[in-house]
Amino acid sequence: MAKVTKKVKRIKIDADKCNGCRGCEIICSAYHATPRYSTINPARSRIRVITNRLEDIWLPVFAGEYTAAECLGRDVYVIDGKEYDECGFCRAVCPSRDLFKDPDSGLPLKCDMCEGEEIPQCVQWCLNDVLVYEEREEEVDEEFEITMAEAGVDSLINQYGLDKVADMVARRRKDR
Amino acid sequence: MRYAEVGYNLEIDLATGNIEREETDPGLIAAHLGGLGTSVKIHWDRVGPEVKAFDPGNLLIFSSGLLNATPAYSANRTVVTFVSPQTDLLAYPMMGGFWSAELKHAGYDKVILSGKSPDWIYIWIDDGKVELRDASHLLGRGAVETQTLIQEELGDRNIQVAAIGPAGENRVFTASIEQGRSSASRLGGGAVMGDKKVKAIAVRGSKDVYLARGAEFMNHMKAVTEYVNFRNANPIPDVMTILSGIGSPQEMVHTDEKWHTENFMWGNARTRRREFWTDEISDLWASRQHAAIKRLISCYNCPQHCGALISYGDTPRYMAKCFGKLTYAMAAYVDDLDFSWRILRQATEYGVDSFSTPQILAFAVELKEAGILTDADFEGCPEDNEGRFFWLLEKVAKREGIGDVLADGVYYAARAIGNGAEEFDHNTIKKHEQLPLKLGTLDPLYFLMYSTNEKISITQIEGNWPQAAFPSREQRETFVKDWPQLPEETWKEWLLEWEIRGEKAIPYWPTPDISAKIVDWMEMLHNIDDALCICAGMASFCLKPPYHIHNYHLLISAAAGVDMSEEDVKKIANRNRNLHRAYNNRRGMTRADEKPPEDHWKRRFPELEEELLTTYYAHKGWTYDGIPTRERLEELDLKYVADDLEQRGILHHG
Ligand code: SF4
Ligand code: SF4
Ligand code: SF4
Repeated sequence: MAKVTKKVKRIKIDADKCNGCRGCEIICSAYHATPRYSTINPARSRIRVITNRLEDIWLPVFAGEYTAAECLGRDVYVIDGKEYDECGFCRAVCPSRDLFKDPDSGLPLKCDMCEGEEIPQCVQWCLNDVLVYEEREEEVDEEFEITMAEAGVDSLINQYGLDKVADMVARRRKDR
Repeated sequence: MRYAEVGYNLEIDLATGNIEREETDPGLIAAHLGGLGTSVKIHWDRVGPEVKAFDPGNLLIFSSGLLNATPAYSANRTVVTFVSPQTDLLAYPMMGGFWSAELKHAGYDKVILSGKSPDWIYIWIDDGKVELRDASHLLGRGAVETQTLIQEELGDRNIQVAAIGPAGENRVFTASIEQGRSSASRLGGGAVMGDKKVKAIAVRGSKDVYLARGAEFMNHMKAVTEYVNFRNANPIPDVMTILSGIGSPQEMVHTDEKWHTENFMWGNARTRRREFWTDEISDLWASRQHAAIKRLISCYNCPQHCGALISYGDTPRYMAKCFGKLTYAMAAYVDDLDFSWRILRQATEYGVDSFSTPQILAFAVELKEAGILTDADFEGCPEDNEGRFFWLLEKVAKREGIGDVLADGVYYAARAIGNGAEEFDHNTIKKHEQLPLKLGTLDPLYFLMYSTNEKISITQIEGNWPQAAFPSREQRETFVKDWPQLPEETWKEWLLEWEIRGEKAIPYWPTPDISAKIVDWMEMLHNIDDALCICAGMASFCLKPPYHIHNYHLLISAAAGVDMSEEDVKKIANRNRNLHRAYNNRRGMTRADEKPPEDHWKRRFPELEEELLTTYYAHKGWTYDGIPTRERLEELDLKYVADDLEQRGILHHG
C-alpha cells in the first residue's frame, strides 16, 4: 500500500484539572451550528463531560466513530478508587447508549477536530488547560477514511435497512 | 423565533395540578431584560400586598436570565423570587450551579409555582414534558441526598435538581434551596417551597437556545475571554487577597483567614478576636482545608472554581462554596476548621442558609448564658461548643422544642421569647440577619448599601468600588490607571482624593452626593447581572470585572437581536429596581426601615446619615420617604405603578 503523510491531531485531556464547567460542550455545539454560533445545545456537542460529582468524576470524552453493533462485553474501570461508568472511556456512537446522537434525528455526532480551525474550539474555550492541542506528522498507509457523511449513511442503513435508504436516495435523485 | 430567551414560562397551579406552557411577550426584553426584571413584573401584576409568605397566593418563581445557556461565561444564576416569611418583602436569592441553563434547554425561561400542593410532590421537567411526582418517600431526606435519589429514580445523573431539606419542609425561615454546589439561601425560599409541599424540581433538556447574531456575540466574547485571562494572571495589588481576583470569594482556595477571623465578629456578631490568627492556627486550618477539599469546581460555563467537592474523613461528601467555611466555627467559638467541614455538611443536608443560621444558633447560646433561655429549653443539649451547635441546628431544622421559635430567625425569636431577648437582636436589618461585622467609623457607601437595597444583604450589593481607601497616592494612581469599568473617567478623581484619615476620609468622603452616585452605579450593575443571571463574581461583585456597563449592551444586543445602547440598559436596570422598590413600598417598606443596626459602627453621625439617605433618595428620584416619585416612574414608563401607589395612598399626588 502507498505511504502518505498524515497530520495527527491530538488533544491531551488533563482530567484532573477539569472543573466541570461544560464550557467545551457549549462551544462545540455553537461552532457546529448552521449558521455558525446560531444555536447552543450541549446535547449536540461532540464532547461530553461525563460527570459524577460526589464521586469526583469529571471526564471529558470526545465523540468517535459510529458503530452499528455494541460490544459483546462491557468494561468498568476503577482508577484511584473511583469507579467510572460502564464503557466510560469509550468514544463510540453505539446503540447501547444515547451518547453522541443528535437529539432530533438520532444521527451520530463525531468530533471533527473543528476541521479548518487552527486550534479546536473546545481547546480554546477551556481556560483551565484541561484540553491541550498537539499536532504531529506521521507516515501511514493510504486508507479509506470514513467521513461524517458516510457514518451518517451507515447509521441510516442500520436504522431503516439498506433497501429503504436506497429507495429514498433513488426518489430524491428523481426529484432533482 | 425567540433569541437568547426561550419565550415560554411553565405555570404550575399546585392546588389543582394544572400545568400550562405560556408564551411570553417578546417585548419584555426591551422593558425588563429577563431574570429578576421579568420576575418582579410578574409579582407586581399578580401578588398583591395583602398576600403573605405562606398564603397560597404567594408565587414562587424559579427564573433563568436572558443570557443563561448562551456562551457568555458565568451566566448560570437561577433567581428565585417570593414574598419572604422573614421580611415580608420580595426576596430574590440566587443560586449558581447548573439548573437554569438546563431549564432553558428544556424549553422554559421560568417555572412559576402558585397555590399549594395537597400532597408532597416533586416536579419533573423532561424536555418540555412536565410531571408532578409523588415525593412522600423523600420526606425527611437531606437536600443533597434528595438530589441523588431523584437522579437515581429517574435514571439519569445529568438531571439537575433543586431540592429542599428538612428545614424547608418545616418552613424554617432560613431554609435554603440546594442544587449541586450551589444554593439559593437567603430569606426563606426553602420555607416557601416547603409550604407549597414541593420537595424538589428536577430538570433535563436537549433543545436549542438561539443567538440572534451569534458570530458578533462570539466576537464580543473574545474580548471578554482575553480580559478573564488577563485578570486571572494579574491579581489587583494592594487589596486583600480575597478581593484581588475575579469570581466569587475564593474561600475554597485560600487558606489564609487572618482577615476574616480577626475582623469579623465571633458568636452572635459579638466578639472581635484580634490576636486569633497565630502560626499554629494557620498551620492547623490549612491542613484541615487541604484534607477536606477533593477538587475545586465551577458553575456552568465558568472558568473559575469557587466551589469544592468536600470529602472529609467519615463525613459523607457534599459540595461547598464561599463563606460557609467560617460562619459556623466563628459563631460557635470553635477554633478548629475540623468542626466547619462537619457541621456544614449537616447544615447543607438540612438545607439552611449558612449566613443567617449560625447567628441564630449563637443568639440562642447568648440567651442561655444570660439566663433568658433556661436549662429546660436546653434539655439534652451537650455542654461543649461543638455539640451544642449540632444540637441546636437539629432543633431548628426540625422545629423541635426551643428550635421552633428560633426557626423564625433572630428578630421574631427575640420578640417571642421576650424578657430582654430583644436586646440580643443587634445584627438584623429589615428582620434579616446580616454579616457579623461591627466596625469603627461610619462608612457612607456602606451606610447607604446596608440601609437601602432590596437585597437586604450587603455581600450582594457591593463590589466594583474598593471597600476602603488606599493609603498612598501612588497606590491610588496604580489602581485607577487601568479601570475601564468605571462609568465616567472623572470618577477616578474621587478615588484619588480618598484618604484613610482626615477630611477626605470616611465618614465625610465620599460626600453624600458622590456616595449616592457610586452606590447607584454598583446597585445598577447588580440589577443588570440579576436580569441576565450572570454571576456577580464575574461582574458586579468584584473589582475590575470582565463584564461591565460598557460591554453589557453589546452582548445583550447580539444575543437577543434587540439593539440596545448603554443608556438603554441603564434605563432598564433602573426600571427594574424602581418596580421592585415600589413593590416593597406597597408592602409597607419606608424610610423608617432603612437603617443598619445601632452598633454596626462605633462612631455614628446621625445628621450625616440623614443627609446621606435624603441625598441618595433624591438622586434615585424618590420622595423623602424612599418611594419613587410619579415623575421618576413615568420617565421609566411605569405610569401604572405611580397610579397604583397613589390609589393606595402610598404616593401622594403633587
Ligand atoms: S471546558 Fe475544560 S474545565 Fe470546562 S468542562 Fe470542559 S474540559 Fe472541563
Ligand atoms: S475538537 Fe471541535 S468538534 Fe471536537 S469536540 Fe472539540 S469543539 Fe467539538
Ligand atoms: S465565578 Fe464562581 S460562583 Fe461565579 S459562576 Fe464562576 S464558579 Fe460559579
